[in-house]
Amino acid sequence: MADTVPIIDAKNLRKVFNGTTAVDGLSFQLFPGECLGLLGPNGAGKTSTIRMVYAFSPMNGGSLKVFGIDIKTGWREIKARIGVCQQENNLDPDLSVLQNLELFARYYDITKKDAKDRARQLLQFIALEHRSEDKVTSLSGGMMRRLVLARALINNPEMLVLDEPTTGLDPQSRHQVWERLELLRANGLSILLTTHYMDEAYRLCDRLIIMDHGKILVEGEPVDLIRRYAGEQVVEIVNPGPEVREFIQTSGYMHDMLDHRIILYGREDDNLFELIGEKFCTEGCIKRMATLEDVFLRLTGRELRE
Amino acid sequence: MIDLLQVRNISRRFSRVWNRNLVVYRKIWLVNFLVPLLEPLLYLTAFGVGLSALIGQVPYEGKELPYVVFIAPALLSITMMYNAFFENTYASFVRMYYQKTFDAMMATPLSLEDIIAGEIVWGATKSVIATAIMLLVVSLFGLIEYPQGLLILPLSFLGGLAFGATGMVFTGIVPSIDMFNLPIFLLITPMFLFSGTFFPIDTLPDWAQSISHVLPLTHLVNLCRGLALGELHAGMILSVIYLLLLTVIVFPIALVVMRRRLIK
Repeated sequence: MADTVPIIDAKNLRKVFNGTTAVDGLSFQLFPGECLGLLGPNGAGKTSTIRMVYAFSPMNGGSLKVFGIDIKTGWREIKARIGVCQQENNLDPDLSVLQNLELFARYYDITKKDAKDRARQLLQFIALEHRSEDKVTSLSGGMMRRLVLARALINNPEMLVLDEPTTGLDPQSRHQVWERLELLRANGLSILLTTHYMDEAYRLCDRLIIMDHGKILVEGEPVDLIRRYAGEQVVEIVNPGPEVREFIQTSGYMHDMLDHRIILYGREDDNLFELIGEKFCTEGCIKRMATLEDVFLRLTGRELRE
Repeated sequence: MIDLLQVRNISRRFSRVWNRNLVVYRKIWLVNFLVPLLEPLLYLTAFGVGLSALIGQVPYEGKELPYVVFIAPALLSITMMYNAFFENTYASFVRMYYQKTFDAMMATPLSLEDIIAGEIVWGATKSVIATAIMLLVVSLFGLIEYPQGLLILPLSFLGGLAFGATGMVFTGIVPSIDMFNLPIFLLITPMFLFSGTFFPIDTLPDWAQSISHVLPLTHLVNLCRGLALGELHAGMILSVIYLLLLTVIVFPIALVVMRRRLIK
């Protein structure tokens, strides 16, 4: 991939709000056809980062090129070639479903006729053609989200920027959105997304960046990250006694010691469950696969971010 | 940092923002038309039938005018001010703050400056539409001299720009929508009363006259009355310059305060 021009080329990005550094020297690239996920707790700087990418927020330092164009001078062209789903459903409540798409197309200088055609196609794509004349305020949360997605596709973008695309949706709606994103990805659309859902990141993203305090903690493919930071097998010991705590501390296994629980990370062939189970599992042990959530919590800590 | 060259970020795409507002306006055009259609009838009945019996003639520029002839241009001027000012305060604030319409637009090739320019020009357009309807009504009563009276339409655009841009400055700085009460109480209502609208300014004490001459509505009324009576005079040139200057100064300030508010 080294010889292709990256869709996004960010070097040392910085963003400061009233003296607080939200993004602190972030460098990353997004390659054509790739789906890159930005993960991090609240306040990690995800939204600040992608807002710089779609030229919403000016940056305080570093350099940023999208499609090889410097964002400082070419912001209008860049914005014309990308599609953005912001965190909030900021659909236009004064307009109908269809008009939301048609008028948005006009902001891109798409002709009226093309706007109409494109809007109809997209309504079909998100399965909302039967609601085209309705007010957007009458739509369910999931429908609104799909409409926001359709709106972001109105200009046939070369890159899609998604800020928490499925936050607040019920499982059915989330899967509806995912299926469409997977279709788009399969068609070669490059995607940059942020999410709080690890299953979403695992399912959609080719590569992940986990960040905190405006900096990158780790970067890699989901499977690799899991293997590296959480192993393969996980054993959770509920209400562990002092003996098992001591045993694990001296055993050298990757683990997290919590108040009422020990989480032990190991390889497939470590046979952790058998090892622990026979001796210590008085109150209950859970054996499960390692997940991205383990990686995330291990790297960013378990304290609340508020 | 204030970048006074923000104006350069305005492109012809501002018309798309204007068009969006027009589409929404047309959805309830009947309601939108009704106010400028009926409002002058209310005023003319109240003032023309009720008050003018008491007042009789009003001295203006060395002539005696029937009271309804005197106030008809003022009603038009007030309509220009209200339509643009309220559009670019309450209505723009709702779109910006509650509906997040501007946020969505800023993810497209539109610049913030395109959006604000589109909003202000839309405010001026609303002023033109309302003025045109009202002009039609008062003309039926024979209160407007033509062809000079036709110039009231371009005047309503200029007045709309000046008052719309002023309203947009407040939209850029008020913390909440209720705070618009303040500029309305301190600026709009005094102008409504003391800009030579319902009585000639020269009946006021000198100090009050000086204040009155600083108010933009005074100049709008002065122009509108001159055109409606079909009597153009030199003082009108100063009033045009005043309104142009006001627009040229306030418009960039609106861009600056909106950028400060929205670009983070």
